[in-house]
Amino acid sequence: MIAALTKISGEPPITIWQTETEIPDVDLIVIPGGFSYGDYLRCGAIAARMPVMEAVRRKAASGTRVLGVCNGFQILVEAGLLPGALMRNASLKFVCKQVQLEVANADTVFTGQYRQGEIIQCPVAHHDGNYFAESETLKQLEDNGQVVFRYANGTNPNGSVNDIAGIINKNGNVLGMMPHPENLIEAAHGGNDGYALFSAALGIAA
Amino acid sequence: MTIPNEIQITPELIEAHGLKPDEYERILALIGREPSFTELGIFSAMWNEHCSYKSSKKWLRTLPTEGPQVIQGPGENAGVVDIGDGDCVVFKMESHNHPSYIEPYQGAATGMGGILRDVFTMGARPIAAMNALRFGEPDHAKTRHLVAGVVAGIGGYGNSFGVPTVGGEVEFDARYNGNCLVNAFAAGLAKTDAIFYSKAEGVGLPVVYLGAKTGRDGVGGATMASAEFDEMIEEKRPTVQVGDPFTEKCLLEASLELMASGAVIAIQDMGAAGLTCSAVEMGAKGDLGVELNLDMVPVREENMSAYEMMLSESQERMLMVLRPEMEAEAKAIFVKWGLDFAIVGKTTDDLRFRIFHGGDLVADLPIKELGDEAPEYDRPWRETGLYSPLPAQNIEEPEDYGDALLALLGSANNSSRRWVYEQYDTLIQGNSLQLPGGDAGVVRVDGHPSKALAFSSDVTPRYCEADPYEGGKQAVAECWRNITATGAEPLASTDNLNFGNPERPEIMGQLVKAIEGIGDACTTLRFPIVSGNVSLYNETNGEAILPTPTIAGVGLIPDWSHMATIGGAKVGDTIVLLGGDGTHLGQSVYMRDCLGRADGPPPPVDLNVEKRNGDFVRSAIRNGQLSACHDISDGGLALCLAEMAMAADKGMKVEIDCEIAPTHGQLFGEDQARYVVTISADMANFFCMSAEGAGVPFRQIGTVGDDQLTINDLLSISIEQLRNAHESWFPDYMDRDIAQSLID
Repeated sequence: MIAALTKISGEPPITIWQTETEIPDVDLIVIPGGFSYGDYLRCGAIAARMPVMEAVRRKAASGTRVLGVCNGFQILVEAGLLPGALMRNASLKFVCKQVQLEVANADTVFTGQYRQGEIIQCPVAHHDGNYFAESETLKQLEDNGQVVFRYANGTNPNGSVNDIAGIINKNGNVLGMMPHPENLIEAAHGGNDGYALFSAALGIAA
Repeated sequence: MTIPNEIQITPELIEAHGLKPDEYERILALIGREPSFTELGIFSAMWNEHCSYKSSKKWLRTLPTEGPQVIQGPGENAGVVDIGDGDCVVFKMESHNHPSYIEPYQGAATGMGGILRDVFTMGARPIAAMNALRFGEPDHAKTRHLVAGVVAGIGGYGNSFGVPTVGGEVEFDARYNGNCLVNAFAAGLAKTDAIFYSKAEGVGLPVVYLGAKTGRDGVGGATMASAEFDEMIEEKRPTVQVGDPFTEKCLLEASLELMASGAVIAIQDMGAAGLTCSAVEMGAKGDLGVELNLDMVPVREENMSAYEMMLSESQERMLMVLRPEMEAEAKAIFVKWGLDFAIVGKTTDDLRFRIFHGGDLVADLPIKELGDEAPEYDRPWRETGLYSPLPAQNIEEPEDYGDALLALLGSANNSSRRWVYEQYDTLIQGNSLQLPGGDAGVVRVDGHPSKALAFSSDVTPRYCEADPYEGGKQAVAECWRNITATGAEPLASTDNLNFGNPERPEIMGQLVKAIEGIGDACTTLRFPIVSGNVSLYNETNGEAILPTPTIAGVGLIPDWSHMATIGGAKVGDTIVLLGGDGTHLGQSVYMRDCLGRADGPPPPVDLNVEKRNGDFVRSAIRNGQLSACHDISDGGLALCLAEMAMAADKGMKVEIDCEIAPTHGQLFGEDQARYVVTISADMANFFCMSAEGAGVPFRQIGTVGDDQLTINDLLSISIEQLRNAHESWFPDYMDRDIAQSLID
């Protein structure tokens, strides 16, 4: 993720240690993937309770853009910044493969460089990406256009409800998603469908 | 001096430690007294087959290990090979066979953990992993359980640690029913001027314990790995360690940070026989003694004895000799990463290995002799295998070529491994250029604009059984060929020699001849062995595995924009067969899977031809001439074409001349040193002229297009049909497990 952000923005991101309590003013806060604390206990549960997450919460409340990818999505959910839960994949196995995503809401600060309904490629790599929310929450998410990405064309790799791959908060500044757009940003990756998410979030031309 | 023994040393106790009576006599002669219980444990740890290589050492010495690119050959935690620009690749392959059979998830997971530690102990950041797995026949009662557990264990550890798995092998054979093989490979990148070694230097310097705490897990693991199995195997479960990939990830980051700080004089990971092996190795290599105070060792269980602490194989631990003035800085790094850091001893000038526990001296042994004076055997051996020639004319043809091809594609051993590799993170770190499913995994060199590394792991055990010498050669040749097929220059290799009980002359003969074949191939192909591991006693109730000398290799691609893939064929391209027509069906998968028998010699490897053909293919790839390239191996030309067609999602129309050689030999023969390439039609004649100039046999056999694979009027199968056959075996097989367990 650091390499991808560096490549897209032209400069390396600031990295913040888990015990920090302040985050400087930035354009975008990214919580990357990566089995924080080994995913022991519950995915993202321990990281969500680290001191730095208080600072993330404050920044999110004041409108800073926050993107959580994979384990980052799990952490955002565990921290209560996004609703629902990420359960073990329906196959009960880790899955790493290319899937297709439908851009279900192109009217967000993260997806503005995609077209509404556009189908993009994106890899997934996770053991616990099976999104679930009880019906009331789910209805709100759908009604408010908070479902931003959906697995398309039968490629749902984990059994998540309504094929949900990524959701955004009500304020539209906190996005969590299981797929890894940072692993599809250049020809070497076999495509660059993930690039536009970062360029939009960072306010860079597509 | 004597150290009082609370536990009496009896012949039974000695035997339980895997030591033979004459080996015990050797211990008595060496130290001039009865060893203490702790000392007996230390000897058993150092002198077992796994740590001492006592049966194989004589033969391993014959392997070529040098070359201008080699920075460090065998003898360290991993081999180191120069890739230019101040960078080097650090790699090794190691088995975790016995633990994986007893407890598949943790056995395989800690196998990954061990090999990753070997790599980052040398200062390298792991960038790629592979694994070569061999299981019993699919219908054997334990096979599904082992496949599911081993694959989940490798994924569970490697994915969490954050290294992409880019290649490997999965094979089934009844001969692995009682012993599965789990061979794990890892490679890392380091700077050539920042490689760390295990040789201690300087007297009176602190010996520091790093990483996770010590528990009772894995006590006696290395000794277990040096014995045959029998019905009592379930009792050995407590000898299997438990992995913690998150701690390993922290240990990686802390170790690299510590190395960059300049505080490290020598460092060694604690693998087999943990504290014992690492301390002895560091001292003996540096001509220094080591004194340890076990009261300082961080433990997670109470009342551990000196014996248990010295033999524990708890994971994610390291031992280091520290620059004393850097202690505070070094400790701060480990505290930050939440890991233990404890000074547990010091280096001395008297070449003794002294252990104190609770104020008592519990071991006092000559450190050099512990390693150097380990028994070494020249075990009797005899040649095995060796079949008389079996021409293709004497082997029946299939009734229907299409059915035969579909049967091979959908067989246990040649079907797609997608079910396996989709459980591995193949993309993490964002540098993967070629994923499992092709000839070799390819990962670009982070920080370099154009360089990439190719990795492959290969061996054909049925060839090794039929002719260990040719089988050894073939394992090296196929690995070299797979790396070449991407356009990479093969640089060096690592060997993981899995065999049965070396005390049986026919097994020892397999080992000796396979090593001879490996050595000859590595010499001619300039593909030196820079690291490796030997796993013997892979037997259950007297039945040995197939001889399985796994070879894993690394190659360098100077510019990955000019690499070849299996799936790059374009419509209209000409298909060219390089290296000659297929003729050899002995030991082929056609015979095994379509005719149900194994007979004849394996295909011989002419190493000079292998080199000539490979060098030609590589230069064509680097000149940008080829749109796709795939080597011919199991299943011959027919399977090779089917794999290329599926990968490209394009049909192929192929004509072979059935007059020149038996048709089934041409389609399914496994003759070596051959490739299929595709090339744009207007370049094809020029390309074939250059092949002729290079002395490489070639034949234009068809064109790319349509959505069928068609060969003469012998077969015509749609890509979809090929894919259904190829993709369905593994998931169907594993799902049957779930269905079955619901019935049970």
